[in-house]
Amino acid sequence: MTGWAQALILRELRLAVRVGGGALIGVLFFLAVVTVIPFGVGPDLNLLALIGPAILWIGALLATLLGLDRLFQADRDDGSLDLMLMSGRSVELIVLVKCLAHWVGTGLPLVVAAPVLAIFLNLDALAIGAVTLTLLAGTPALTLIGAIGAALTVSLRRGGLLLAVLVVPLTIPVLIFGVSAASAAITQPMPFLTPFLILCALTLLSSVIGPLAAAAALRHSGD
Amino acid sequence: MALIDLANPSRFMAFVARVLPFAVALTVVAFAAGLYLAFFVAPDDYQQGATVKIMFVHVPAAWLAMFCYATMTMASLGTLVWRHPLSDVAAKAAAPIGAAFTFISLLTGSLWGKPMWGTYWVWDARLTSVLVLLIMYFGLIALWRTIEDPIRAGKAVAILTLVGAVNLPIIKFSVDWWNTLHQPASVIRLDGPTIHPTILWPLLVMALAFTLLFLVLHMMAMRNEILRRRVRTLQMRAAARQPATATAQAAE
Amino acid sequence: MFDPLFDLGPHASFITISYILVVAVIAGLILWVRIDYARQRKDLAELEARGITRRSQDVGGQDQG
Repeated sequence: MTGWAQALILRELRLAVRVGGGALIGVLFFLAVVTVIPFGVGPDLNLLALIGPAILWIGALLATLLGLDRLFQADRDDGSLDLMLMSGRSVELIVLVKCLAHWVGTGLPLVVAAPVLAIFLNLDALAIGAVTLTLLAGTPALTLIGAIGAALTVSLRRGGLLLAVLVVPLTIPVLIFGVSAASAAITQPMPFLTPFLILCALTLLSSVIGPLAAAAALRHSGD
Repeated sequence: MALIDLANPSRFMAFVARVLPFAVALTVVAFAAGLYLAFFVAPDDYQQGATVKIMFVHVPAAWLAMFCYATMTMASLGTLVWRHPLSDVAAKAAAPIGAAFTFISLLTGSLWGKPMWGTYWVWDARLTSVLVLLIMYFGLIALWRTIEDPIRAGKAVAILTLVGAVNLPIIKFSVDWWNTLHQPASVIRLDGPTIHPTILWPLLVMALAFTLLFLVLHMMAMRNEILRRRVRTLQMRAAARQPATATAQAAE
Repeated sequence: MFDPLFDLGPHASFITISYILVVAVIAGLILWVRIDYARQRKDLAELEARGITRRSQDVGGQDQG
């Protein structure tokens, strides 16, 4: 990894964990969503075990969406986004690096928190492992797809809600295969590996489409 | 060549003024023929009875829902790659029309589903994908409406449209997978090569009529959009010249 | 609307309703397009009456190039 990318990652991470960085708010939101669901569907442990992977995935999706507007917004407000765009580096790479750092700051804590929350939902050890693994493989895709929405709405003052509307349809495949793989580990007859590999493929695909589209959007937003 | 000639909005307006009456007449004729075939020629389906009549509006609407997105995809390429001055006008004009046809296909689909499946809505792969498509249309329209400057909005929407075009097949594939996982194939397959010519022909004529209707509406909406941009330019010029009157007018 | 003319079987109401809704949505589209057209024409005429005119080859919206 070249020096500038490393410097950018370190900068992003340092900003994320500082006061006002908001990296851990996503995890708190995740906890809140997962806590609220049993109040909606009832405390039946069997039912919770059945829909547990779906709850964790939807919670992670919502938490990711919530944090996305921070991806470019703060940098645009203080002007550093313009500096990055004018630096002559590949904008696509800059977006990719920023997404990576953003995922480490917001997505990875979700993955780490998932096993703990899974216990609340009565998942057994195998299911906990499966859900955590799928989240590890799938949440980068959510961040990368979300980067497109974040870049498109970066110039809007209140783009957060619009961002979620734009991004949610595009994340449906990730959600489907993430939950399928996790559920497959619980209900035995279905294969785990097939949906999991498709999930990994989706992550790789979005690591191409996301930065390409987000970089195009950022370039045009500056006009 | 023709496309380049039409790049000039004024020339496009003249073209629309010339072509529109013929297009409208053609659409009316196509609808008359299609409805005649659908109601007087096409027999009832042996399995579904007269409800097959719904197919003659449902399938063309679903076809247009996709055709319209394809049009917007082409227009978005035009915006981003060739910078054709009319293409973002075309994309913007197509979005509400596409959403309306997507809505029609969902509406008629669920009204068809009630007598056939017993419920208005099943999470069938096809219905679900079309619902996602409708949400994407709404997202695109929302993005058009939030970014004020039409040129910047056009570029942002074009990028989102292209991302959507890449994603739609993936979404369709995922939803198919998800559907087979959750629902054993109990849904009647409504398509297939076994469709009888006495039903196929009315369907094709209706599809043609709907497509013509789309073209007419699209031309008219594009004309509106060009006018809207002229009004916008003039208003900004007026605002630059005499700020007091302009604010008074904007407040109206 | 079609009922007296055709025998649409036991589900006639569904067929009628779907055709009525399709007509309603399409009528709404046509109405929207025509009202929008009239409004833009009116705005344009008002602006031009106030003496604000376009440069000859300036076309609205393309004011960037």
